[in-house]
Amino acid sequence: MNGSAMDLQAADAAQFLTFLLDGEEYGVDILRVQELKAWDSVTPLPNTPAWVLGVINLRGLIVPIVDLRKRFGLREVAYGATTVVVVLKLEAGGRTRIVGVVVDAVSDVYNVGAADRKAPPDVGGTNAFVRELATVGDKMVILLDIDALLGEAADAATTH
Amino acid sequence: MSIDLSMFHRTFFEESGEGLSLMESGLLGLRDGAEDADTVNAVFRAAHSIKGGAGTFGFTAIAQLTHSMETLLDEVRSQARRADGELVDLLLFGVDALGSLLRSAERGEAPDMTEVDPIRQALEAMVQQGGSRPPLPAEPVPAAPAAARIVVDIAPHPELFASGNDPYRLLRELEALGRCDTEVFTDRLPGFHEMDPEVAYLRWRVVVHTGASERDVADVFEWVTDQCDVQITATPATPVAGPAAAEPAAIAKPVRAAAGTDHGQAGSIRVKTEKIDALINLVGELVITQSMLGELGQHFDMTRLEALREGLAQLERNTRELQENVIGIRMVPVGLAFSRFPRMVHDVSRQLKKDVQLTLSGEQTELDKTVIERIGDPLVHLVRNALDHGIESPEVRSAQGKPAQGRVALNAFHRGGEIFIEVSDDGNGLDKARIRRKAEARGLVAAGEPVADERLYDLIFEPGFSTADTVSDLSGRGVGMDVVRSNIKELGGTVGVRTRPGLGTTFTIRLPLTLAILDGQLLRIAGQTFVAPLVSMVETVRVNPAMVGRVAGQAELYRLRDEYLPVLRPQRLFGLPGREAPLHESLLMVVEADGRRAGMLVDELTAQQQVVIKSLETNFRPVPGLSGATILGDGTVALILDVAGVMGLGLDRGEPPVAAAA
Repeated sequence: MNGSAMDLQAADAAQFLTFLLDGEEYGVDILRVQELKAWDSVTPLPNTPAWVLGVINLRGLIVPIVDLRKRFGLREVAYGATTVVVVLKLEAGGRTRIVGVVVDAVSDVYNVGAADRKAPPDVGGTNAFVRELATVGDKMVILLDIDALLGEAADAATTH
Repeated sequence: MSIDLSMFHRTFFEESGEGLSLMESGLLGLRDGAEDADTVNAVFRAAHSIKGGAGTFGFTAIAQLTHSMETLLDEVRSQARRADGELVDLLLFGVDALGSLLRSAERGEAPDMTEVDPIRQALEAMVQQGGSRPPLPAEPVPAAPAAARIVVDIAPHPELFASGNDPYRLLRELEALGRCDTEVFTDRLPGFHEMDPEVAYLRWRVVVHTGASERDVADVFEWVTDQCDVQITATPATPVAGPAAAEPAAIAKPVRAAAGTDHGQAGSIRVKTEKIDALINLVGELVITQSMLGELGQHFDMTRLEALREGLAQLERNTRELQENVIGIRMVPVGLAFSRFPRMVHDVSRQLKKDVQLTLSGEQTELDKTVIERIGDPLVHLVRNALDHGIESPEVRSAQGKPAQGRVALNAFHRGGEIFIEVSDDGNGLDKARIRRKAEARGLVAAGEPVADERLYDLIFEPGFSTADTVSDLSGRGVGMDVVRSNIKELGGTVGVRTRPGLGTTFTIRLPLTLAILDGQLLRIAGQTFVAPLVSMVETVRVNPAMVGRVAGQAELYRLRDEYLPVLRPQRLFGLPGREAPLHESLLMVVEADGRRAGMLVDELTAQQQVVIKSLETNFRPVPGLSGATILGDGTVALILDVAGVMGLGLDRGEPPVAAAA
């Protein structure tokens, strides 16, 4: 990003990292992204919801890995070459948790001003995780509220 | 001489601290009638090293006090004196006084002699009074008559300084014995340009006017006999040598300067040699990996990509192991926090005229050093309360048909991702009715409001219950329980209380385990590696299918010798995929937790190793049946079984939970 592009940003603009999931483009606040990681095997955790794939060793930290397709109740696919783990910092209950989410592929980074972000209409289902809908060019990007990802309350809202 | 002695102060204080606890436990042992030579020797040696160190570093008060104690102990050792209660008590007071002297020396403060002096005098009086010590065969000459002159010729070997010794110290110690006339001989001193500051050139002749024996004088040189020619001659009469400078100034100055320097407040830690050896091994491996990668980098082409990958993986593993081991250095056994209690219980129970037996268990449980340092005060509080308010007087106990001797127990163990420390007594228990009255008076509970017992007992941790007047008012506990709770909360832990009227009270402290290390047994269930805490394992047997039975077609039992054990199938309880191994190929691991036993079916046992416990809660949430996770040597994550939790899953619910999604 060069200097002039920075100047063009409105004060209320935010940067989002987007990724693909079942053909849709989802965005998360880039300040919440710790790193990207190639998919590797996990240690399964018993007695947890199916969308919790297990835990990995991230440089000495035990980090849970969530399959976003399963979390959102989407069709499951085999993991491929572009499958990526996005490591996110979740803020909930007054503490920060590091959680990895498995997505189909990472897409892009966008600046989105407040004018281009809208509250989502109530369509039920996975709405619990949708914070806003952003318009980028002629595309729609679903901005996620990642803090609710591990939340118990959100479990009930998930359907298969 | 440019060696800064203050560097060694820290070590001296640590070693002295350990020496003191050793003396204390040894003396307590003597008190209980175990007057064996080993114990006496151990106590004597501890006193002796403290004296030596204190002399070296110029802590005269400490050296003097230890000297009297050492003399008494030496007499016990040579069986010239009996270690009766009076002597042991006096020596224990001496240990206390030494402790306070050491603490003020450590802080660089002038010692407060008002408490120490009477004890020192009592010790010295005891030495005098029992002056019936027979001369030991090893002793050259029995004690010389008072104010004799002892001529000491001191000729240090040139390399004396290299061993950390200093003639100045020797001269000072001689001076402590009595007036000294000192003559210095400079005949070995070379020309200034040839002088090596690290070589000892000077010789001395010291005439000591003292009541001390030749043996006392010889003791001064005990540490330098290899590096110094010393000749000691007792002359009862006329002065021998002319007086000379008593303190060779050139040597005295740097030592004085060193003694004045700051003691540095950075805490230090004593680490087991094995842990350091492990670190050295790991660093060795790291160096090998590094040189291998360096070589690879010099002649790299794409055919060697795989070797590069392997090298990097190895580097990652080395680094991680190194990291974990460094963390492990901070872990110290909880026994360090427990060690003060035998003495405390002994003193307090005597004071209260109660007979109390203290039992310690789980002292090897490792805890982070910071936690150990900060858990001491709350523990002292709980133990004191148990002695003060928990245990009844022997008469009351006998009247109630309990053994006259009360019991207080401290127990530490790992469970469920946490460290537990229990303080229990077999006293009278908490007085529910009084707590209730107090709570109502303070408006914590409405009159007549039904309150569960646990919640009522929990009220003793409320600040309102902790004022001094409640001690007499509340026959149960009272003092500062809110402080106990807040201290433990600061460490991220909790404290709870269980009590049974007339039977006793148990306080349970739970501390988080983020840094804790566990002795683990690696095992495999359905192809996945788990870790079981060794402490909860009893034994492992190959399953004999004929010994498996069913109760009402439901719960499985295994007959092991005379015992029927409920069978736990972790593969089912955890919903692990795959076909269950046939019974005759499985192992039955007998486990114990919460006072219950069960047999857990596992596929195989692999290695035993220490693992660093990492909490699942940090980034996720607690998982039933697991106490945490750990990272194995190959970088993968293995889950740590919470044996009590697995028993809960298998035995308390009846139905294994469904592992599937929400």
